[in-house]
Amino acid sequence: MLEVKNLHVTVDGREILKGLDLAVNKGEVHAIMGPNGSGKSTLAYVMAGKPGYEATKGEILLDGENVLEMESDERAAKGLFLAFQYPLEIPGVATMTFLRTALNAQRKKRAEAELSTPQFLKLVREAAGKLEIDTEMLRRGVNVGFSGGEKKRNEILQMALLQPRLCVLDETDSGLDIDALKIVSDGVNRLRSPDRAMVVITHYQRLLDHIVPDVVHVLSRGRIVKTGSKELALELEAKGYAEYQEEATLSP
Amino acid sequence: MNAELRSVKTNAEQALADAYAVAKTTLPGDGKVLKLREAAAARFDALGLPHRRVEEWKYTDLRVALRDARPLAGPPDAAAKALAKDAGGLIGDVDARRIVFVDGTFVPELSDLADLSPGLTIRSMAEALAKDDPLIASHLGKVVVAEREGVVALNTALMRDGAVVHVAKGATVERPIHLVFASNGKTPASVFIRSLVVVEEGARVMLVESHEATAGYQVNTALEMVVGDNAHVDHIKLTGGASDVVHVSSLLAAVGAKARLNDFAFNIGGGVVRNQTFIRFDGEGTLAGLRGASLLNGKQHVDSTLVVDHKAGGCQSREVFATVLDGESRGVFQGKIVVRPHAQQTDARMMTRALLLSDEAEADNKPELEIFADDVQCGHGATSGALDKELKFYLMARGIPEKEAEALLVQAFVGEAIEGIEHAGLREALMEQVVAWLQARGS
Repeated sequence: MLEVKNLHVTVDGREILKGLDLAVNKGEVHAIMGPNGSGKSTLAYVMAGKPGYEATKGEILLDGENVLEMESDERAAKGLFLAFQYPLEIPGVATMTFLRTALNAQRKKRAEAELSTPQFLKLVREAAGKLEIDTEMLRRGVNVGFSGGEKKRNEILQMALLQPRLCVLDETDSGLDIDALKIVSDGVNRLRSPDRAMVVITHYQRLLDHIVPDVVHVLSRGRIVKTGSKELALELEAKGYAEYQEEATLSP
Repeated sequence: MNAELRSVKTNAEQALADAYAVAKTTLPGDGKVLKLREAAAARFDALGLPHRRVEEWKYTDLRVALRDARPLAGPPDAAAKALAKDAGGLIGDVDARRIVFVDGTFVPELSDLADLSPGLTIRSMAEALAKDDPLIASHLGKVVVAEREGVVALNTALMRDGAVVHVAKGATVERPIHLVFASNGKTPASVFIRSLVVVEEGARVMLVESHEATAGYQVNTALEMVVGDNAHVDHIKLTGGASDVVHVSSLLAAVGAKARLNDFAFNIGGGVVRNQTFIRFDGEGTLAGLRGASLLNGKQHVDSTLVVDHKAGGCQSREVFATVLDGESRGVFQGKIVVRPHAQQTDARMMTRALLLSDEAEADNKPELEIFADDVQCGHGATSGALDKELKFYLMARGIPEKEAEALLVQAFVGEAIEGIEHAGLREALMEQVVAWLQARGS
């Protein structure tokens, strides 16, 4: 479903990703782990098309189509979803409005009918209920007055509503206490499906106790330097990243 | 040369002086009122129209905006009244008691004065002036004296009509009062509106003013407001109108102790708009929110100037202004906070933000703090810039196309100020205006 080939990405004139390769089949959950500064968030952002993240070489293929040639909104309509590490606050735009605008914009682009208000409200209530989000909160501005955990839950709510085919989760566990981590992880796990792929980016192993990956990659200095099973995450937790930082530093 | 001496009048100043000389005996009010008018006319004669060398008006040169003064508006004809039936639409479907003024004159047949709730009195300024209403004697021209303001003097000299609203001690007026000012005669004129609102101790009221005018009108409106101890007043002023209308508005308010004043100005029309607000805190423990939102395009010019006078200590004032500027428009914010020597524990903040959608638009900010007490918190902040690219990316990453994302962000930007309005229905109505403005803009 997802193929990243020889991806080079420059941010502010500095090359962060230096020939990254990654292949994720549908139904699989891949974890990408790595030390700070290895390029994890850059990978997330370039996939979603953040301005300033320039792919100088390589491609990102989603079902064979190069998303690098698409605007961010087109990528979303094709089924790519990034759960942000730091979800932004948008005072003045009610979460409900935001969700509905996003959902209908995607449906429109896929030539599907827009949802009626009752249909939409039903969907939101169900999804919010599962994530223990009070629908009253959704009347407020997007993420305004939300705690860190509530913001992350709101990201998963968006994911649940938009039903993407490829989910990229960027440090979804950061800022979560153990209860919130469980709610968020359960939300993500409910979305696991044979037709959907996930890329879970995380610094720490603890998230992977809850969202158990099929494959674990280690990212260091802009490249995938090791790939293994879920046991690799435990090994990293025990040993730390020192060996990979050195390895990457030594290889030119 | 003596700088105080002004012998040469502009065309407009001369025309206004002439108009006053002709009209003064026919304008409402007896000897006492005439005396007030005479003194004000003399003050206007000395001050003239403000221009860019008057510090308070440096960004808004009224001599330039008013090259010629229109003739004074007379009583409205049937056609103008008919047009005014739908005026005040900016408030959407908010249920409110409509009090309608056409060309600055009260129109009873378009107004709803039935079943006023206990403690509420509404009459027209013309009637109050003619009948020597005690409120006039005790408050008119005395609430906040803006000696240096020629436009206020001019308003006092030429005031014809407006609303006089009184809310008795302890009374709560549930239904908002909507003062609709429509200036829409066949021939554009100059309109002088004067209103007085006295809200006694512990009373509560929400007042909405809508101003709209057709092409060529010149409107000078002044509202004096007395907010008693423990009173709670919401005041929302909505200004629309044709793109060549000159609209000058003065709010003069004195606020008692432990009161709440929630003021909001929404500007979506007019050519040159000046909203000047003079507020004085006379008692301790009062909270005042002074907010505004403006949506400008073309060559529109909107100037929000506030002087917040913390005469008593322990009061909190919050100024939040958001301006969206497109085309070659210009937004001006001048905020002055004065903290008098004994006004300790004052907490005064102002924040003004400009969102520039075009390279040709301009936003000017001038904050001023005059603090004479030592135990106070005062702050000001100003930002101006284009749309936030990060937020736009966030929206687009959810599938929202660029233009729609921009529109949502403009709504968000304005919404932050609009959220300061306590009335939910009015908040929604104004957000609908924002959406319509964006659609007209093509985003």
